[in-house]
Amino acid sequence: MSGYIGKILRVDLSSKTVKTEDLDLKLAQKFIGGRGLGTKMLMDEVDPGVDALSPDNKLIFMTGPLTGTNTPTGGRYMVITKSPLTGTVACSNSGGYWGPELKFAGYDGIIIEGKAAAPVYINIVDDKVEIRDASHLWGKVVSETTTVLENEHGEKVKVATIGPAGENLSRIAAVMNDRGRAAGRSGVGAVMGSKNLKAIVVKGSGKVEVADADKLKEVFSVCMKKIKENGVTGQGLPTYGTAVLVNIINENGVFPTNNFQQATFDKAEEISGETLAEKYLKKKDPCFRCPIACGRYCEVDDIKGAGPEYETIWAFGSDCGVSDLGGVIKANYWCNEMGVDTISAGATIAAAMELYEKGYLKNEDLGDGPELKWGNTDAIVEWTKRMGSADGLGAKLAQGSYRLCEMFGAPELSMTVKKQELPAYDPRGIQGHGVQYATSNRGGCHVRGYMISPEILGLPEKLDRFSLEGKPAWAKIFQDFTAAIDASGLCLFTSFAMGAEDYAGLMNAVCGTKMTGEDFVQSGERIWNLEKVYNLKAGIDSAQDTLPKRLLNEPIPEGPSKGWVHKLSELLPIYYELRGWDANGIPTTDKLKELGL
Amino acid sequence: MKIKVRLFATLRDGRGKEVEVERGESFSTLDILEELKIRREEVALFLINGRDGSFETQLSEGDVVSLFPPVGGG
Ligand code: SF4
Repeated sequence: MSGYIGKILRVDLSSKTVKTEDLDLKLAQKFIGGRGLGTKMLMDEVDPGVDALSPDNKLIFMTGPLTGTNTPTGGRYMVITKSPLTGTVACSNSGGYWGPELKFAGYDGIIIEGKAAAPVYINIVDDKVEIRDASHLWGKVVSETTTVLENEHGEKVKVATIGPAGENLSRIAAVMNDRGRAAGRSGVGAVMGSKNLKAIVVKGSGKVEVADADKLKEVFSVCMKKIKENGVTGQGLPTYGTAVLVNIINENGVFPTNNFQQATFDKAEEISGETLAEKYLKKKDPCFRCPIACGRYCEVDDIKGAGPEYETIWAFGSDCGVSDLGGVIKANYWCNEMGVDTISAGATIAAAMELYEKGYLKNEDLGDGPELKWGNTDAIVEWTKRMGSADGLGAKLAQGSYRLCEMFGAPELSMTVKKQELPAYDPRGIQGHGVQYATSNRGGCHVRGYMISPEILGLPEKLDRFSLEGKPAWAKIFQDFTAAIDASGLCLFTSFAMGAEDYAGLMNAVCGTKMTGEDFVQSGERIWNLEKVYNLKAGIDSAQDTLPKRLLNEPIPEGPSKGWVHKLSELLPIYYELRGWDANGIPTTDKLKELGL
Repeated sequence: MKIKVRLFATLRDGRGKEVEVERGESFSTLDILEELKIRREEVALFLINGRDGSFETQLSEGDVVSLFPPVGGG
């Protein structure tokens, strides 16, 4: 079947064996690919009760059928594993060029099992796969590791690697590829580190077959037209990247500041996308076949590199009370070098600052590190480095906000859902987005169902952000639709412009299927339920479908959203019912049957 | 009556970040657009005191209007 290569690489690091297996195409069709197929494999092969950092966990790299094809943004891959941060299924999505290269080398995905006795990396050149010694790479930062591997294997290879954070088993460590792109969230980099696997180098000479090239050209041009004509994908993202959100979210009074103690930042302008473009932006940095090109490449002093994204600017900026955008760029740079998730890293430092403000974390805990005072630029840069190298208090920060706050006796100061740090939108003033946060299958996350789109940006239509009316239904449809897009191998940002029928059209042209837009979204619902079942088996029940107490009980103290708390208890029962789940948030047998699970 | 208008992204070009619009006794966001020579299609989002409003809402002294072109991210 075209679109899929039809091959999966299985690498057992304990026994140092490599096998190529046929992809079960029926399964592939049912779960599309990427996030769906990877989760199905995890479900079939890894006991949900397993310790995420033990050799029994598996690390799955999976592409979608559209990855590596001539579709807009067709370059994504996902890392699926059991998360050491949340205990749920982890699925982290990344762009760049590594995913397509894996398909060109002849694989839809890689399943990594066991644990190497000493540090290794995997080198893939088409059907030649070797497990090689990585002792010379261990301890090196991401850019240096990448350069060494390029020097050894040729400039054109694509490298996915962990940095020191992953080696040190930081629960917020990322897998980095193409230097500045990250499968960032849920600690997937720690699982890679726990296997003593430093990097995967790929070089491929093949291509991805397409069922109907003429049809694809036709659908492609319809999609491209929509992307170009849409204000967000055609103008907003290309001009300013994601950072343009700083001012919008702040003007709405939902821009979390000082660890969600306030929701407006008086110095937002200084860290805005407009300021970034004016002072620091050097060039755009797009992913494979991307007409949107939201990626930024910035420079400050002697530091240059990818980013920063909106979420990162928020995490190290307003959430830490920092208005020095140059400092934020440096902290972002160190996240990329150390291989640590920028949202979790910044939000964890913000939590540490509140622990310090409230006297839980004391001067003697800092060692010789900078003071964890709101607004301290040195603190965000230096503690990010120390997080990566697990140095002193940095080792505690590297475990993420929840574990940090628990260690210091104040878990209520951790702004997390299912132990994963919440991103850059205060749900007290965006009620639908809060439902999405609480029910996300991987914990605190904005890209499991981006309700900011209808509630703030007015896409596809403007909803009243304070109203509860209809919000659970919107959250559900956004979650299902997103799961299907992730599985396909396209970037979620295409959905600002494209609808379900467009994705189905691309799938049909590439894979030769006869899918409708409805089928596409239903596949997403199937994936969502599969993830939920995995989580329930892992002991993450619906009692964890909640928000930090601060967001449920303490009204926003100032700004345009003043006085609001999140009304989750009114929304959650409706959400469960719409999902076809029982009152305890457990999928009913009928629902699972309907979805063929 | 004077109204403070905050401009963002490309709407700043040639206009600056913040301007004050002064017109007779009562006016709306539509009048502000006319004054600033901004076409309605150029504005994808706008807020009155941080809240959604309509283009026709009559403004009051002390109101702050924020205007955005199409932008987004995540
Ligand atoms: S929109 Fe941005 S993140 Fe998505 S593929 Fe394009 S450059 Fe990459």
